[in-house]
Amino acid sequence: MTVVNSTSTPSLFARLIDTGAHQKLLAFASLVLLLIGFSIASPNFMQTSNMIAILQATSVNGILAVAATLVIITGGIDLSVGTLMTFCAVIAGVVLTNLGLPLPLGVIAAIGAGAFCGLCSGTFVSKMKIPPFIATLGMMLILKGLSLVISGTRPIYFNDTPGFDLISLGSIIGDFFPALPIPNGVLILFLVAGITSWILSRTILGRYCFALGSNEEAVRLSGVNTDRWKIAIYSLAGSIVGIGGLVMASRLNSAQPALGLGYELEAIAAVVIGGTSLSGGRGTIVGTLIGALIMAVLTNGLRILSVAQEWQTVVTGSIIILAVYADMVRRKKA
Amino acid sequence: MTNLVSMKGIEKRFPGVHALKNVSFELNGGEVHALMGENGAGKSTLMKVLSGIYPKDGGELFINGTEVELDGPRSSQDLGIGIIHQELSLMNDLTVAQNIFIGREPRLRFGRLDEAALNRKAVEIFQSMNLDLDPKTIVGTLTIAKQQMVEIAKALSYRSRVLIMDEPTAALNDAEIAELFTIIRRLKADGVGIIYISHKMDELKQIADRVTIMRDGAYIGTVEAADTPVSKIISMMVGREVTNDPVVIPDLSEAEALLEVSGLTRGREIQDVTFSVKKGEILGFAGLMGAGRTEVARAIFGADPREAGEIRVHGKACSISKPADAVKAGIGYLSEDRKHFGLATGMDVRSNIALASLDRFSSRLGVLRESEMRDTAQDYIGKLEIRTPSDRQEVRLLSGGNQQKVVIAKWLYRDCDILIFDEPTRGIDVGAKSEIYKLLKKLAKEGRAIIVISSELPEIMRLSHRIAVMCEGRLTGILPGGEETTQEDIMHLATLRAPSMQPEGYPQ
Repeated sequence: MTVVNSTSTPSLFARLIDTGAHQKLLAFASLVLLLIGFSIASPNFMQTSNMIAILQATSVNGILAVAATLVIITGGIDLSVGTLMTFCAVIAGVVLTNLGLPLPLGVIAAIGAGAFCGLCSGTFVSKMKIPPFIATLGMMLILKGLSLVISGTRPIYFNDTPGFDLISLGSIIGDFFPALPIPNGVLILFLVAGITSWILSRTILGRYCFALGSNEEAVRLSGVNTDRWKIAIYSLAGSIVGIGGLVMASRLNSAQPALGLGYELEAIAAVVIGGTSLSGGRGTIVGTLIGALIMAVLTNGLRILSVAQEWQTVVTGSIIILAVYADMVRRKKA
Repeated sequence: MTNLVSMKGIEKRFPGVHALKNVSFELNGGEVHALMGENGAGKSTLMKVLSGIYPKDGGELFINGTEVELDGPRSSQDLGIGIIHQELSLMNDLTVAQNIFIGREPRLRFGRLDEAALNRKAVEIFQSMNLDLDPKTIVGTLTIAKQQMVEIAKALSYRSRVLIMDEPTAALNDAEIAELFTIIRRLKADGVGIIYISHKMDELKQIADRVTIMRDGAYIGTVEAADTPVSKIISMMVGREVTNDPVVIPDLSEAEALLEVSGLTRGREIQDVTFSVKKGEILGFAGLMGAGRTEVARAIFGADPREAGEIRVHGKACSISKPADAVKAGIGYLSEDRKHFGLATGMDVRSNIALASLDRFSSRLGVLRESEMRDTAQDYIGKLEIRTPSDRQEVRLLSGGNQQKVVIAKWLYRDCDILIFDEPTRGIDVGAKSEIYKLLKKLAKEGRAIIVISSELPEIMRLSHRIAVMCEGRLTGILPGGEETTQEDIMHLATLRAPSMQPEGYPQ
């Protein structure tokens, strides 16, 4: 028996308002509330230097979260962003310090390594039909191991590459506006976010991102080569992670092979807080940025209020659950 | 003697559909009562009312002579009514006994499961069915027929006196059907009443005592199975008059064959299917549920693999191994399940119309030209009269008919010459139906080759220039369209089962 789906008109308007923009608004409001709250609680919070510190702390996690957003919108998940970031940093270290090649080559190598690993993950997921969780879990471990092997388990320092630390710590903006010494790492984050946001909304790749997450089978039955596009999306995400690796390495002026594990979860947390659906099909880069900022503000504010670090983690975890619960409640209403 | 079940004047409405109109039905103990009707006649809805899944909107229901109100599947279960759905709902990784007693596991102290009692109780039920089955077998390793026995055992474990079986033989071979019938006869002898929903005429003669026929949500009549000719039952099923204007069949003797399919084969589902469609022709595909029509369409489109068979488009052989190949060859497929296979429902009308042709809207670098997409979408919204507030509306908020038009627009823009419509009007109300019909006729007139798969005979008869009929994976015949072909002719071919003694692939 067929049942005709009827959509009543009054709820239609409400549903339109409710979708998409709402969660982003909610996240943004939370961010503003947090900022106001911490400012009242501590006079040291709303200082330019502290604001810049928060942005600086957001940069790497933000870039990784942007990459994770792409994959999550397709309905997948990427657990390898943390160790891939380290792997790319190590590759940069090998090219610049061990081989002594010029800076641009190191940058290209790091981003290229990221893109290649993304291509591998994408191939596992699309061609070999391995669930994204498993495929990227495998990649996460492979890359963790490879970073240690390649580096000989020792950090690689960039002391011989003058200017490498400027990638993250220099401030082009500060050169022009001395009052606003925003570090380049932050600038890179906003550039990456801006470009990715544009790709998502204006290009065929972005449109397929949402379409795959919305209904992969319908896309395949529309005659689209879904495997190829999925691989492209994972590769793009990988190259963004490569940029994240460079920013990280530059900030530490070294590639730390043991670092990286755990970053993927923070990135995913930022994406989720930003309102991107883990079931795919919807999400925004702006939301992800706000999510990453919320996490950085929380950590920073709690530290200023002298809350023990152990408790900071507890708070972050609670925020994630609250954010997703808010999303669920919203969706049930819609 | 009181009836086991007696339903009187049952009414059920869904938004836009009057699904059950004053339907009556009776079942005695020890009786197999077949319920027949075309797809959409209301059989399943009636059974869902009886099993408490749908509340009835009107009428009376008596169980063992007492009037009852069902407020859910649980209360129907408590009254001894068990239903075995067409799609089995067993947990494949659990054992037979664990499946039967799921949710009611015998326990020991401290919440421990009493596995021994579980298996013992399962064996007791099997013995009552005279069935030899190890309760510790993992369900996933059993044949479909055996799994069905497990479902029956599960229903009996609730002390069911009424068993509803919805197309129980759909997935069974002849030997398995015989096995099932043995069990049914044994239950019958024990006084269990069985409601048997099936499309297969020969089975009714074997197993049913009485047959009740439904059509368009209404009760048509009840007859004795033994002394009623099959032709009478068929005419009661399809008796509705085709009120619509007869099809005008164009002269296509000169037309080029756009799509030629020969020897299409995959396992039992598709057996050596050969046909062609001409430019400007609408070829209807009739058959009962599970006849293999959708499978044929998906195999042609490359959505599912095929074992053998050649597909020629414009006379040239095409190697189609994935949907992208089919689209390149100019074949579009509109699935019966729009929500799962046709639309990205969370996206807007504009993106959905462009979905199969995004490459045409993007520069070499992949930047989308949004304004062109908008113009194209608005063009099709106008041409196909898609009712939507704007091209930015999410398609999930559109009605079924308008969603279907969005899918059609997607394929039209892709310039597909060959369009396969699978149940094009499923879930669409009457008014929108005739709009879709008009559209299909127009598309054919413009020189496309159209295949329409439909389970509604009036729809097939109203549209088709020729009618291909399938039964159990075989193409049992191609009939001319128009008035010379009757619904009885089609039903005859649609129920023409292969003689079981013949090897597969025996010539028609």
